[in-house]
Amino acid sequence: MSRRPYVREVSPTSWYFRMPRYMRYMAREVTSVFIGIYTVILLVGLARLSDGDLAYQGYLAALRQPSSIVFHVLALAFSLYNSFTWFNVAPKALPIQIGEEFMPDSVVAGGHYVVWVALSLFILFWAGVF
Amino acid sequence: MSDNRMEVRQVELEVLRYNPETDQEPKLQKFTVPCVNEWCVLDALNYLKDNLDPTLAYRWSCHMQVCGSCGMMINGEPKLACKAMLRDYPGTIRIEPLAHFPVERDLVTVADDFMAKLKRVKPYLIPGQPRTLEDGEYKQSPEQLKRYRQYAMCINCMLCYAACPEYGLQPKFIGPAAIALAHRYNQDSRDGGRDERQEEIATNEGVWECTFVGACSEVCPKHVDPAAALQQVKVASTVDWYLEHFMSWVKK
Amino acid sequence: MAKSNKPIIWGTFAAGGELVSLVTPVLILLTLLAATGHVPDALSYAKLHAFAAGWFGKLVIFVILFLSLWSQAHRLRITCFDFGMRADGVVAVVFYLIATVGSLASLMYLARI
Repeated sequence: MSRRPYVREVSPTSWYFRMPRYMRYMAREVTSVFIGIYTVILLVGLARLSDGDLAYQGYLAALRQPSSIVFHVLALAFSLYNSFTWFNVAPKALPIQIGEEFMPDSVVAGGHYVVWVALSLFILFWAGVF
Repeated sequence: MSDNRMEVRQVELEVLRYNPETDQEPKLQKFTVPCVNEWCVLDALNYLKDNLDPTLAYRWSCHMQVCGSCGMMINGEPKLACKAMLRDYPGTIRIEPLAHFPVERDLVTVADDFMAKLKRVKPYLIPGQPRTLEDGEYKQSPEQLKRYRQYAMCINCMLCYAACPEYGLQPKFIGPAAIALAHRYNQDSRDGGRDERQEEIATNEGVWECTFVGACSEVCPKHVDPAAALQQVKVASTVDWYLEHFMSWVKK
Repeated sequence: MAKSNKPIIWGTFAAGGELVSLVTPVLILLTLLAATGHVPDALSYAKLHAFAAGWFGKLVIFVILFLSLWSQAHRLRITCFDFGMRADGVVAVVFYLIATVGSLASLMYLARI
């Protein structure tokens, strides 16, 4: 009787197709690509702003390219997905114990949604959108 | 049989078989097993072994979700065979050994890696102060108990390791259950061993291998929520790091 | 086994993750409005320049850019690993370098306004 354990290899490039929950995780990970690129777009905006009015108008004109609009729509969808996944797991990292009981996850997550909506509305109002 | 509850149906099982003495690699074998609808998958395996193929190897003991021995992949999902009810599986049921662990034989996996990691994180009380019998018992309030109780529910069934893709990709990762158990003792008011455990878990192959997929918590049959424990260890280890580095600069 | 130095990056990931989750969708909405020709008042050159000229505006812009850069650099590093890139050291250097250069550049641009 000899031991000969069989090792099942995990594919480093396609492991996430194995389960729907892995696909959901990878969708969350991919949001970083869009948010990362968007951060660079913001940085370029700051650079153009510091270059003066003419340069900044060029930046605004560049934003109006169809490819930029498509990117913005995709980035908005991915960043919303990222926000919701973040709010939903936020209670896990910092559980708050009041007396004996821990605050329910739904309260901490719900609080995040409330702050998010309020802050978003405030920024839109501040920006003069309405 | 008039009672609908006791109805017998033929259940198709596809079981991964591997005999290290004769097989080059595992392969699925089909069985048709007469099952009572109220059975769990473990009952079906027991019937199979008793009546159809006595050579089938698998682990089980308590049949009541306490011992943690009968973890296996059921239709691709890590499950306790005693908790997976046949009524929830209308079609063919595919049964494989727990993912990410080497296969010893049939549905039996090699658990040595997990056992070694469990030992490394010192999952037992390490008193901060030496204590004599005269000092009496430890006192703990319900509030202090609540801080770790959930993490003490772990039955070491390893379903979380079979679910964790990072463990599959990086087998050095200490993994969900062991780190959650380290957290369980760190959170215990009677314990003083956190510094020793941090040496193991606040490392690159410890908690920092975790990317918060969250699969461990989704499959945990005892609602331990290891993913939560690991995030809390990350937060605490990050605070430690900033304190250790910046406070030592302040002191200089 | 030595303790990890990952907390220094993870700190920015956690703080940045929280900030990005709260403000990035609405920022994208603002530039999307600009992209479709409805430039919000605050994104006009005069208003935005005035905002970035004050110390409070500078602080807000820097914090948003700094935390977004570092948190997404860290996430992109992990994403690369998850997609199967095993040169983790190289990937880490590239993304953290981009975050460093981006952070310094944003300071420089803000100083010029």
